[in-house]
Amino acid sequence: MKKIPILQIEDLYKQFPVTRTFTDRIKRAPKQVVHALDGVSFTVDQGEILALVGESGSGKTTVGMNVLGLQVPTKGRILFDGYDVADWATGRLRSRKNGDELGRLSRRKQILALRRRAQMVFQDPYESLNPRQTTWEIVVEPLEIHHLGLSADEKEARVRAALEDCGLAPADHFWSRYPDELSGGQRQRVVVAGALVLEPELLVADEPVSMLDVSIRADILTLLQSLRKARDITIIYTTHDLATAGYFTDRMAVMYLGRIVELGSTVEVLKEPHHPYTQALVSVAPVPNPRKRRKRMILQGEVPNPIDVPSGCRFHPRCPIATEECKMTDPPYVEISTGHKAACLKI
Amino acid sequence: MTTLEVRNLSINYITDDGVALNAVEGLTFSLEQGRSLGLVGESGCGKTTVMLSLIRLLPEAGRIVNGQVLFEGRDLLQISERDMQAVRWKDVSMVFQGAMNALNPVRTVESQIVEVLQLHSIVNSTKDARIRTGVLLELVGITAKRGKQYPHQFSGGMRQRAVIAMALACNPRILIADEPTTALDVMIQAQIIELLEQLQRELNLSLVLVTHDLGVVAEMCDDVLVMYGGTVAEYANSDTIFNNPQHPYTQRLLKAFPDIAEPGSELASIPGNPPRLDNLPPGCRFEPRCHVGNGEPICLKELPPLVEIEPGHHVACHLVDEKESHEKNTHPSNRRPL
Repeated sequence: MKKIPILQIEDLYKQFPVTRTFTDRIKRAPKQVVHALDGVSFTVDQGEILALVGESGSGKTTVGMNVLGLQVPTKGRILFDGYDVADWATGRLRSRKNGDELGRLSRRKQILALRRRAQMVFQDPYESLNPRQTTWEIVVEPLEIHHLGLSADEKEARVRAALEDCGLAPADHFWSRYPDELSGGQRQRVVVAGALVLEPELLVADEPVSMLDVSIRADILTLLQSLRKARDITIIYTTHDLATAGYFTDRMAVMYLGRIVELGSTVEVLKEPHHPYTQALVSVAPVPNPRKRRKRMILQGEVPNPIDVPSGCRFHPRCPIATEECKMTDPPYVEISTGHKAACLKI
Repeated sequence: MTTLEVRNLSINYITDDGVALNAVEGLTFSLEQGRSLGLVGESGCGKTTVMLSLIRLLPEAGRIVNGQVLFEGRDLLQISERDMQAVRWKDVSMVFQGAMNALNPVRTVESQIVEVLQLHSIVNSTKDARIRTGVLLELVGITAKRGKQYPHQFSGGMRQRAVIAMALACNPRILIADEPTTALDVMIQAQIIELLEQLQRELNLSLVLVTHDLGVVAEMCDDVLVMYGGTVAEYANSDTIFNNPQHPYTQRLLKAFPDIAEPGSELASIPGNPPRLDNLPPGCRFEPRCHVGNGEPICLKELPPLVEIEPGHHVACHLVDEKESHEKNTHPSNRRPL
């Protein structure tokens, strides 16, 4: 299979200002910013499933938000199919070359065009569905918003295909049901169907299974995997659970405090982690077999406050092998094998 | 020594219409001092109901209709409420589900632990209570002086530690932990697991861990009890459950759980949903989802009894029984029901 990059993320920075209280102003306390993303670069190929893993506060959700243009990066850019997402999502794309239709569209139409191609699946299916809408209303709504000029029959066919691809077959059984008449797994399927009905090329799934039961979890993950086959869709899967990511993703990016510390094929990263942070994460992930109990490499404390990012290597305060050098030098990426890199001075 | 023995425990929930729904049926297990038992199963299989009944904290609609809960030989279901109050927290204590949100937000962490100590007259004076609270917090890895802070000043992992400290306040013999690591980050989860293991060793605690995370159970527990639809599906030591599971439900459950040591391996969900309490199948409760059975009449009609197929390995399945006797050629009289 030829690899065509669909998404290029180049040196992305995202900072959020910290709200200053009245007393802060009087005391003339310095302005502070949260460094949510601090130089993130990677590309995603068409039809690939990429896992973004890390603890809370590592910036994985922020990446997803920026990729979809729901937030505007402070620095750096994201190219989706060659277009800058930040401009696209605000309808500010300009015509770049002759015959480029997109840049000539009105703002609203530009934004809709992006939404049609990139969609999101949220974490909690108990909260992301409107309890007063039926399954049909939820799934057909994107089609109505986008005025695709579809006839009633075509709409029905689209909704049916989306629901049945998501395992809600026959679709007629489900479309007059309200969310409270569905089980947790069915709800998450409806959420995925709602994202799929526009036939997007890119899906950002933010912790889509963390609220679900073991068996349903396996179900939804298998579903995401089958969607790639059925619709050649590209998926960015955000999670803190390495085991679920290991099951169905092609590549894995491990994030720590707004940086990618290790990136490579999922199997390679899990079997031979090189960055000490990845090693620790892999070692503490519970293995469902008492014969395979491993020595846990427990990091003390928690992810530091992203307002004061540690100097040098940002992982040094918790790193078991850190030396003086690590406090000073920000480590560059080291290529371990083709497509597998890690940012650590000790490799 | 057997610290806790549960025999044939059955629990019903009474609905507003007066209908009795069978939530737990014929549950039997035992727990030795210093050992740990994992209680696993999907949501709605009765795990939390069982735990609440052990300390008699079932919601009003819950009724224990049959069975015994023997703590050091004494049946906790027979004693008066006043006596039970003395047992709770001092002998058997509990870390509740969602413990991170179980702390009172408008009181300091210290004062909440002090309250426990005073209620159970563990200490003579408030000053002693404060000292003991400091010791408890240090035990779970929190600096004593942070006890003066409010829960919102603690991170999620620290709140979980504080709740564990509180559960340990009266030196219990048994600690029941209901999903103690769910909703925590991976590394924090590992810290809590390590802490519970260490406390168990140092204090010779018996631990009952209720969770749906098979990984955590494999890491921590000596024995595992797999529940399905309010009944025991399989009960054995953890090595047997994970490496030689006999009940179809256990087998399916393990296949549905991703193993980080085998990235890229196949994952198979269990089709269908756990039974609803108001619509329990008449026979084996797993029958509608079972991949081994083919609608055998016995599976459709009778609830399978829990049978010890080899020493310490109990399975409740009509079909395992047969298969085992064919394979191992054991005489049926060797297999004794519990």
